[in-house]
Amino acid sequence: MGWISPWKLNRLGMLNMNRRNVDYIARYNSRVSYPLVDNKLKTKLAVAEYDVRTPKLLQVVRQQHEISRFRQMAEDLKGFAIKPAKGSGGKGITVITGRDGDDYIKASGARVSVPYLERHLSNILAGLYSLAGTPDVAIVEDLVESIPELARYSFQGVPDIRIVVFQGYPVMAMLRLATTASDGKANLHQGAVGVGLNIANGHSLNAVQFNRPISLHPDTGLALENIAIDDWQEMLVMASRCYEATGLGYMGVDLVVDVDDGPLLLELNARPGLAIQMANGRGLLPRLRQIEALRKPHFTPEDRAAYAMETFTSKT
Amino acid sequence: MTARSRIPFYFAILLLIAAGISVAVWRHVELGIPWFTGEQQPVWMVEARIDFEGTGEPVLASMNIPDQPPGFRIISEQAASPGYGFSIVEDSGDRRAEWSKRDVNGTQTLYFKVQLVPDGQAQTIEPERRPKPEPVFWEEPQATAVEELLQQAAAKSSTPESLTRELIKLLRPDSRAQNTTLLVSNANYIELLNQMLNHAGIPARTADGLALEDARRQQQLRPFLQIYDGARWLTFDPRTAEQGLPEDVLLWRQESVSLLDVVGGDDSEVSFSMLRQTVPALQLAQAQSSDNGLGFLSLYQLPIEEQGMFRMLLLLPLGALVVALMRIVVGIKTSGTFMPILIAVAFVQTTLVPGLIAFISVVAIGLLMRSYLSSLNLLLVSRISALIILVIFITAGLSIAGYQMGFNTGMTVTFFPMVIIAWTIERMSILWEEEGPREVFVQGAGSLFVAVCAFLLMSTPLASHLTFNFPELHLVVLGLILLMGQYTGYKLSELRRFNPMKVYD
Repeated sequence: MGWISPWKLNRLGMLNMNRRNVDYIARYNSRVSYPLVDNKLKTKLAVAEYDVRTPKLLQVVRQQHEISRFRQMAEDLKGFAIKPAKGSGGKGITVITGRDGDDYIKASGARVSVPYLERHLSNILAGLYSLAGTPDVAIVEDLVESIPELARYSFQGVPDIRIVVFQGYPVMAMLRLATTASDGKANLHQGAVGVGLNIANGHSLNAVQFNRPISLHPDTGLALENIAIDDWQEMLVMASRCYEATGLGYMGVDLVVDVDDGPLLLELNARPGLAIQMANGRGLLPRLRQIEALRKPHFTPEDRAAYAMETFTSKT
Repeated sequence: MTARSRIPFYFAILLLIAAGISVAVWRHVELGIPWFTGEQQPVWMVEARIDFEGTGEPVLASMNIPDQPPGFRIISEQAASPGYGFSIVEDSGDRRAEWSKRDVNGTQTLYFKVQLVPDGQAQTIEPERRPKPEPVFWEEPQATAVEELLQQAAAKSSTPESLTRELIKLLRPDSRAQNTTLLVSNANYIELLNQMLNHAGIPARTADGLALEDARRQQQLRPFLQIYDGARWLTFDPRTAEQGLPEDVLLWRQESVSLLDVVGGDDSEVSFSMLRQTVPALQLAQAQSSDNGLGFLSLYQLPIEEQGMFRMLLLLPLGALVVALMRIVVGIKTSGTFMPILIAVAFVQTTLVPGLIAFISVVAIGLLMRSYLSSLNLLLVSRISALIILVIFITAGLSIAGYQMGFNTGMTVTFFPMVIIAWTIERMSILWEEEGPREVFVQGAGSLFVAVCAFLLMSTPLASHLTFNFPELHLVVLGLILLMGQYTGYKLSELRRFNPMKVYD
């Protein structure tokens, strides 16, 4: 592993951490909108008004004593996900995919008991996973079941689609596939595979794991070259709508495609990571600057998605 | 949402940095606070010794002492004279040391010591009232000779200074003409010059200088001639007619008429001895700061206990600078943003190697205990609280064990911030569970690396010297940190992270 010269990175238009923080997040993301995305419960409510659907909410645990009710509620459930409302980077998310007697089966296949889940809930309430360690609430959501066309690429976890939306325009996208290394999570820094998606048509470009290019999924062994996402335009429009819902100029939109419900919003991220550039094999900066230079912005999500599909082909 | 111009920001930072540096330079020049530790500065220690015979009567000995001599700064004065009352009195520019005693018999010796620093800029403060020439009445035949000599000198000169020089040349022992021998004898030479100049309408006076040479004893004062040119007193050497004071001459007596008056004693005389010393420049600056207007900026005004605290506190900005540099420009991951600074501060107290060993062992033992706590299914707050108590137990255990084994350094574990360590353990434990041990080692090593860097910077004697003696330099640190907050370039670590992008270029 060597080093790359900063001039070369600049030529590639690679957005870096400091510039992202100063020139994009600090400039385009208003502080008042942060709670909307940092709190998944608020996100759900905010985007619902804009016809963006999210996984069904089963229960909200706000107080320590409400944990006892979780046991009753979860009694008959096969699969669900427990999430800290203010968690970041997928921390504290526990996905249950099945039952084994009184115990539950995690997405990774590990058996966990009810006390384990109750302790997890109490940790969430105490703020262990929240951004500033502040007290939090836990939300229990319906389990998302990915469509098999995508699910077969992912090892255990649900594959999701990350779209970076800048001022309402989808500028870059990638498919994130869980691996054994990532413990069923779709976080790139934990070892998930990132597959760059062409904004123009939703077809796969390159794939990376741990920042290194790969061509086969390390666990499933499937080739990652010819993945295509259906309903691509609909998903871009959905991502674009989140701009109106939150007012955040620079954000990451995480979508999943559910077997029954179609595309759903999993969460929003006001500080989307930079690895998406590696998965796409190109930098974000040229696209961001192109949007910044637009004299007449488009007003509807549909127009913006169409503009993006027209403009950001794999060539640009 | 428009990009504001950053020019005012950069201008403000420039001002901040310029202000910090200029105040520091100003204080360096004015107060002589040295830039480096261990800088030495020469100091002259001059001792005047007064001897006289007591006659059984009350004695009042009064000696003129230097008052802002040109070319020197006085940093301390003291008198040594057992049994005598002593005070320094000042009367219209005439500073005198006075000793007094009721019954005095036999040989008496009084000492007066003064410490001086050579300072090219030091000048005698000018009198408020302009000095006037004192009229002199001459009797014949001197009057004629004086007039003639003055005419001769005036013919070859144009200004009071040149007149003085010419007059000295005329009266100088080796060039005396016929008519001067009438006036001049060796005994009254200086006084005669003085009177003639006053007669010519030029305010003049005599002064006594002391040639400073290292380790000389039994030295006497040398007379000098001073004239007033309308703005200040100019000094002439009456032997060579040279204008200006030689660099190594201290003008002991300027304003006063008499050097020493002893009432109630006989055979009084003064002799001087001197010594050239070097003292740390910092000590010198401290001694002077109290009576200088700029001294209020100095932390030496505070009680010693607060000084010690500030010494530590003022090092923190350097640690913050290192953390900012490491995280923003280099891109090292640390566990907790400023935990490394606190660890570095603890290292300053414990020294590096024992500190590292103590820190790693406390955290390691803490992690082991935390893994048991996590199986107890406790609420976060009580788990952290329990961890804090455990951390205190661990440090106490390590201290006792270290002490029993004969390591005093074991005791210094107590300098570590317990609460911070407890949180560090908690975070690392979660990190271990969620991201695996590799991430724990990456962040742990990153934190320790940054802490060691901060420690190495903070523990240099120069760093503590500069931060404590020039607190205004923190404005520069602040400016640099603000500037780094605007750094949008690539981090060093990103050059590595984005390396695979090479193939797309």
